[in-house]
Amino acid sequence: MLSIDQATYDSIVAHAKKDHPDEACGVIAGPEGSDRPERFIPMLNAARSPTFYEFDPVDLLKLYKEMDANDEEPVVVYHSHTATEAYPSRTDIGLASEPNAHYVLVSTREHGNSHGPVELRSYRIIDGEVTEEEVTVATRSQA
Amino acid sequence: MAIEVRIPTILRTYTDGEKAVSGEGATLSEVIENLESNHPGIKDRLIEGSDLRRFVNVYVNDEDVRFTGGLGTSVSDGDQVVVLPAVAGGCRQARVKWSSPVGG
Repeated sequence: MLSIDQATYDSIVAHAKKDHPDEACGVIAGPEGSDRPERFIPMLNAARSPTFYEFDPVDLLKLYKEMDANDEEPVVVYHSHTATEAYPSRTDIGLASEPNAHYVLVSTREHGNSHGPVELRSYRIIDGEVTEEEVTVATRSQA
Repeated sequence: MAIEVRIPTILRTYTDGEKAVSGEGATLSEVIENLESNHPGIKDRLIEGSDLRRFVNVYVNDEDVRFTGGLGTSVSDGDQVVVLPAVAGGCRQARVKWSSPVGG
């Protein structure tokens, strides 16, 4: 199960809507081993594409060094699909390289940049195997 | 002095869970050969044919080796090598695997 606070949830959705029709991507870092997504870090999609995302290699190194220095890990790795459902594609599955992370997918195909609900789902992707999990959203005071 | 090689989570199965191991060599290619002799199997996750895999990033002293000579990048004692798999994906349907040949 992924437990996430409302503010973080809203930040992911806002980022996905802002970057639509390109895919948006980022990380929620948290203390190593805690499974608590605490620090929202939107990343630039270096591919600037509606069908592909990739963290810029320079940003990637900076991010991992920063997390390392803070004893953090990527608790959530999120990205958006802008014309398809919020389910990992074959590419997502093949490239998933963080066995401890929750992979969050947001689909903006319904409302694009506009207001309106989005589909947000979470998965574990380990050795090519996808397992969907429940997402629990807590208000900030409860988180 | 040796060369410190930082290992990403997904490759720590080859290093008994160690986040960093030490290596030796005058080029990145030699360091990877040296890693392979101590941690068999790791080389194949980094290299495809005669080049680094498309979705594996390697940095020597914070420089992406794609801009410093790839596997031929020189290294010396005290240098730090960081290995990071790309964080990438997307709805485009392609048969890719971060550690496998594209198309594999």
